[in-house]
Amino acid sequence: MNGLGTLGYRCAMAPGLLIATVGFSFALSGCEHPPVDTVQNGYRGLGMQQIINPRTDAQKAAKNIVPAVIPAAPADGPLASSVYQNIQVLKDLNVAQFTRVMLAVTQWVAPPDQSCNYCHTSNMASDDRYTKVVARRMLQMVRHVNSDWKDHVGATGVTCYTCHRGNAVPQNVWFTNPGESSTSGLIAGNAGKNKPSQTVGLTALPYDPLTRFLLDDKNIRVISNDALPNGNRASIKQTDITYALMIHMSESLGVNCVYCHNSRSFAVWDASTPKRTTAWYGIRLARDLNNNYLVPLKATFPEHRLGVLGDVAKVSCATCHQGLFKPMYGERMAKDYPELQGPMHPAPAPVAAPAVENSPPTAALLGNRP
Amino acid sequence: MAEYQNIFTRVQIRAPAYAGVSLPRGAWGRQGKGRFSHLLGRFGDAQIGPVYLGTTGLLSLICGFIAFEIIGLNMFASVHWNPVQFIRQLPWLALEPPAPANGLHFPRLQDGGWWLMAGFFLTSSVLLWWLRMYRRARALGMGTHVSWAFLSAIWLMLVLGIIRPVLMGSFGEAVPFGIFPHLDWTAAFSIRYGNLFYNPFHCLSIAFLYGSTLLFAMHGGTILAVSRLGGDRELEQIVDRGTAAERAALFWRWTMGFNATMESIHRWAWWFAVLCPLVGGIGILLTGTVVDNWYLWAVKHHVAPMYPHVFAPVVDPATLGGAK
Repeated sequence: MNGLGTLGYRCAMAPGLLIATVGFSFALSGCEHPPVDTVQNGYRGLGMQQIINPRTDAQKAAKNIVPAVIPAAPADGPLASSVYQNIQVLKDLNVAQFTRVMLAVTQWVAPPDQSCNYCHTSNMASDDRYTKVVARRMLQMVRHVNSDWKDHVGATGVTCYTCHRGNAVPQNVWFTNPGESSTSGLIAGNAGKNKPSQTVGLTALPYDPLTRFLLDDKNIRVISNDALPNGNRASIKQTDITYALMIHMSESLGVNCVYCHNSRSFAVWDASTPKRTTAWYGIRLARDLNNNYLVPLKATFPEHRLGVLGDVAKVSCATCHQGLFKPMYGERMAKDYPELQGPMHPAPAPVAAPAVENSPPTAALLGNRP
Repeated sequence: MAEYQNIFTRVQIRAPAYAGVSLPRGAWGRQGKGRFSHLLGRFGDAQIGPVYLGTTGLLSLICGFIAFEIIGLNMFASVHWNPVQFIRQLPWLALEPPAPANGLHFPRLQDGGWWLMAGFFLTSSVLLWWLRMYRRARALGMGTHVSWAFLSAIWLMLVLGIIRPVLMGSFGEAVPFGIFPHLDWTAAFSIRYGNLFYNPFHCLSIAFLYGSTLLFAMHGGTILAVSRLGGDRELEQIVDRGTAAERAALFWRWTMGFNATMESIHRWAWWFAVLCPLVGGIGILLTGTVVDNWYLWAVKHHVAPMYPHVFAPVVDPATLGGAK
């Protein structure tokens, strides 16, 4: 073969090589580059291991720094409810404690340029701003989580900051996703899947498993408890939706399947890790908060805060966890805020304050108080 | 200057294109006169064509084209006919089978009818292509081994796409036409039926798959290694001493005490390749119809070993009451 022939061949190959290289780069652009670390979390040889990427971990660590503790409030002093008007939830706090909570909410939630005004008008007792009505319900929610959902949050607990992280609306909330009306006439439907969606880690799995499982109470379990067919009619498409929820959990917590499940059988409980129990309660927790705290606020929110179907922003695993197996690496932030743990003193049963009696969403909210 | 030593060479010979042996009466003519491609000559024979199309070939291409268009145009429509989004989202797009509630009825086109039609035309295309391979082999006076190996792959495709769904009573059990969606289907299938790795036919299929690659490497490596001695001219050498063929045989007899023959190695390869989708298809066919949870099946039959618990056994919280 002469030199000219070789040259001609190379020139002819160049565009092909270029296309192959560019295509390969595109194909891998969504991947994390190696090396990664693995941590074993089960019996040896069963693939029970967590994959940890030190580079993405460093980025996560920078985003999960707990804010400095607001100095504790003295335990004595008059009750805030005896000094201020229209206090419905934090009746058990003294003035110093109450002020501390207001300060915390301002730091953790309210946009800095609006501060107190984000919720309050010049009349601090007024419920004119919807944000105040929502904030009141959210304080009840935080206390509910800390006192009634220890199966999930343990002694770590939650604060406003667990979800909000300085944002008026937490970044990782979700709305029911009806999908785009891509189909008309004779064009095939997409069966609620096959669209890249962040909710399910950019897979082609069903893009809205959350409405089905974290709002509605549909059966998540699809795997049979018997070796042979015994009436379990769960289809592959149904399995896809469960799979989508699991991918959402995996992405939200930054963990693999085997963080909770046994690699040999996803179904059997006795070989699962104890984390699976915590996650099971977490699903019920999200469902409880969505149905009893967030959905009832629908009429309270202005239209621009609602989803395309006019539904409220709801919580999922990602709302608190934000990519970590424990929110903020399990930092026990809530222990510094006893005001958020639940009633500090036996408080009298709540009664609707006169100022809000003509406000239906607030009345409904009080009726729902746990 | 390169030297012409054997078939595995970079030197390409140019001579008038050879159309092949004469065809039997009644057959179609061959299409084209034959031309040469230097690039393809680096991978195989440089001569391209002539091609024998024939009735089955033509019908197969038409059916394949119809299936391809049904799938592709539905995908294109699902991104509102936006070409950029079509390319960008292509791996995610799919043509979905009917919903499980549809059972075995023929649904409206938009509810899975297109999927059934695409499946019908794809199946027709593949079966016609099979017939064409069978007939071409016969026309050349060859055995029909290639077509039977192809049929093994078709068997697996039909089990996944129609035979098992019919046995399960729902077209919704079948695989979507799409890149990521069909992979998700595979994972979901294993999850639903309790981990397919405990399906013994899946195990066999994997053994034949990996076995095929091993045999391929052994055979390919052996023949390349003796091609400098003319080993590619297998049959001329098969009965003579000192030939490349005998050296190849001796190499394996010396290294592992046993050697295939120039003929038997190809039977090994053929059977390994054929058995891979054949037993795989059996494994899929038994899943959901005969066995519902392969892990529990393997536990029941002492196939799955028990491992020590690392954690205290976890109890299903749904059995404890409390939160629902």
